[in-house]
Amino acid sequence: MTNYEPNEQGYWGDYGGRYVPETLVAPIDELTEAYYTYRDDAGFRAEIDGLLKDFVGRPSPLYFAERLTQQLGGAKIYLKREDLNHTGAHKINNCVGQILLARRMGKKRIIAETGAGQHGVATATVCAHFGLECVVYMGTEDMRRQELNVFRMRLMGTEVRGVESGSKTLKDAINEALRDWVTNVDSTYYLLGSALGPHPYPLMVRDFQSIIGREARAQIMEKEGRLPDLVMACVGGGSNAIGLFHDFLNDDSVKMIGVEAGGRSMDLGEHAARFAGASAVGILQGTKSYLLQDEHGQIGSTHSVSAGLDYASVGPEHAFLHDRERVSYTSASDEEALAAFQLLSETEGIIPALETAHAIAQVVKTAPEMAKDSIIVVNLSGRGDKDVHTVAELLRSKA
Amino acid sequence: MSRIEASFQTLRKSGRRGFVPFVSAGDPNLATSKEIVLALAQNGADIIELGVPFTDPMADGPTIQASSQRALNNGTTLADILQMVRDLRREIETPIVLFSYLNPLYRYGFEKLAADAADAGVDGVLVTDAVDEAAFVISSVLDGHSLDLISLVAPTTSDERLERIAANGTGFIYAVSRSGVTGAQAESSSSAENLVRRVRKFTGLPVAVGFGISTRQQVEDVWKYADAAVVGSAIVAEVERSLAEGNTVERVTGFVRGLLPTVANLATEI
Repeated sequence: MTNYEPNEQGYWGDYGGRYVPETLVAPIDELTEAYYTYRDDAGFRAEIDGLLKDFVGRPSPLYFAERLTQQLGGAKIYLKREDLNHTGAHKINNCVGQILLARRMGKKRIIAETGAGQHGVATATVCAHFGLECVVYMGTEDMRRQELNVFRMRLMGTEVRGVESGSKTLKDAINEALRDWVTNVDSTYYLLGSALGPHPYPLMVRDFQSIIGREARAQIMEKEGRLPDLVMACVGGGSNAIGLFHDFLNDDSVKMIGVEAGGRSMDLGEHAARFAGASAVGILQGTKSYLLQDEHGQIGSTHSVSAGLDYASVGPEHAFLHDRERVSYTSASDEEALAAFQLLSETEGIIPALETAHAIAQVVKTAPEMAKDSIIVVNLSGRGDKDVHTVAELLRSKA
Repeated sequence: MSRIEASFQTLRKSGRRGFVPFVSAGDPNLATSKEIVLALAQNGADIIELGVPFTDPMADGPTIQASSQRALNNGTTLADILQMVRDLRREIETPIVLFSYLNPLYRYGFEKLAADAADAGVDGVLVTDAVDEAAFVISSVLDGHSLDLISLVAPTTSDERLERIAANGTGFIYAVSRSGVTGAQAESSSSAENLVRRVRKFTGLPVAVGFGISTRQQVEDVWKYADAAVVGSAIVAEVERSLAEGNTVERVTGFVRGLLPTVANLATEI
């Protein structure tokens, strides 16, 4: 059995750590101590489980996608329906855990970053639930792409602050959230949304998301009496993927594929596929991982049709799993994701998020090559309502 | 003795406190940047901090963010900055500290950076986002080339950490005046004085105070309890204001003279 715990400094192998300005060391120490104190605390876990059940609606179903399976003519395809969670994506799992931690730490003001807006909405939701002040940073390009989510956040009393710097996307929103945190260290809890950033965030987010894999494991055992042959998920920062993968990591028979955003092409700036060649190991926003950058160590701009995958780095545990070859990482282009978005809508009556559509695009490539009695579990990480506007525009421009 | 050490020794002997201006290298372009550094050296700078531009300066406020972006837009690289220091060394002896985020240095390679920086005439390196073991690794590499690692401490830094950081630092300690990003602010911070007092319990190294210092009054306040005052965003803002007219060097010189009347007078008297 391999132990997938990071070391005390928050490293999985060479990846992770905490690369932050000195001012943030004290609040991160405080957070780390609080997390390790409550991580295995029965009362804390029970409170999380209670909210996940009654507020989020867990467990989420594991659904056999029969028509998609027939159409692709290969492996049996099961969808882990995180899209059916309250707020429509896996992001709420992490928010429930972190908001309960923030409350135990006595923090009254919550800040977060968001890309596609799903994490922002989930954060706004838990803050409304507990009556806490909430500020969400969001790139103005993403605000344009995800107008509906901006409205949802504001409806729940969250202040959404547009970020105009850089490419005006997720990376820039994280910079701005870090700047807020460094300015308001005493009062503020930074509720980071993916398996990224300085230790202990990648660990904490993974732990809170690993409910996905634990449920999926029990559900597939119940339905099929055996483990899947392949589990798959899209990878932006990597929280939905690590959440699904974690519980299967020590099952050697279960293969894993993480799907990054292939964007328009493989030129730097045109995609967000951190494991696809043009990237190198580096340090961004508190963590050491694979990073899209130029030869001078300047961070590359990224592009994806999906705001949630549009990020230059990737969670450090994924970097570790990549190097150990435990998980294969591949990418799907904008075009392929768009086709998969339509395919799942038509065959199953499920409109996936554009992020999730990248994982479906890989299913389309992989399932037909597998035997009919083999089993794929793919994380349906979010619903696509937020994307219908973007997709409508894209389809119109293609027509 | 290093140039930084010598600089503080001279200050102490003459009973003066130091002035440490910061500018982003390559803003608005490398040639002007070099002229700015020369002007700063001639107008009272005891040590000069040269910012290495980075795409994602998470500890910086809007002024330095914009300045970094201007430097990157015209293609400024770390190699260019080292060449600029090499050229400057034909004209000035003022100590120069590179102020950088980790990734550009990491990509360049610490060992190569330390060798090339020492060779170019750089005196010290300050890395914004390297703490703990990352800082130890860097300091040992820099030490091999007689470069100082300038360490940052903040009001949130515990005494236990201060002791460790002070033991690892050389040259001087950079005390961040308040929790926050870089940028001018109206009020002087009371947390800075307390921090400097705490630092002095653990080290005899000189202490410079920075973040938010933009006026003559603030510089004088800092000089009451610290060895030097760092002024960054306020100078960079002058660079930004000069862009339309192109009188950058004059503008920065005028601002610095207003900031440091005493030092400016000293310079003219000599």
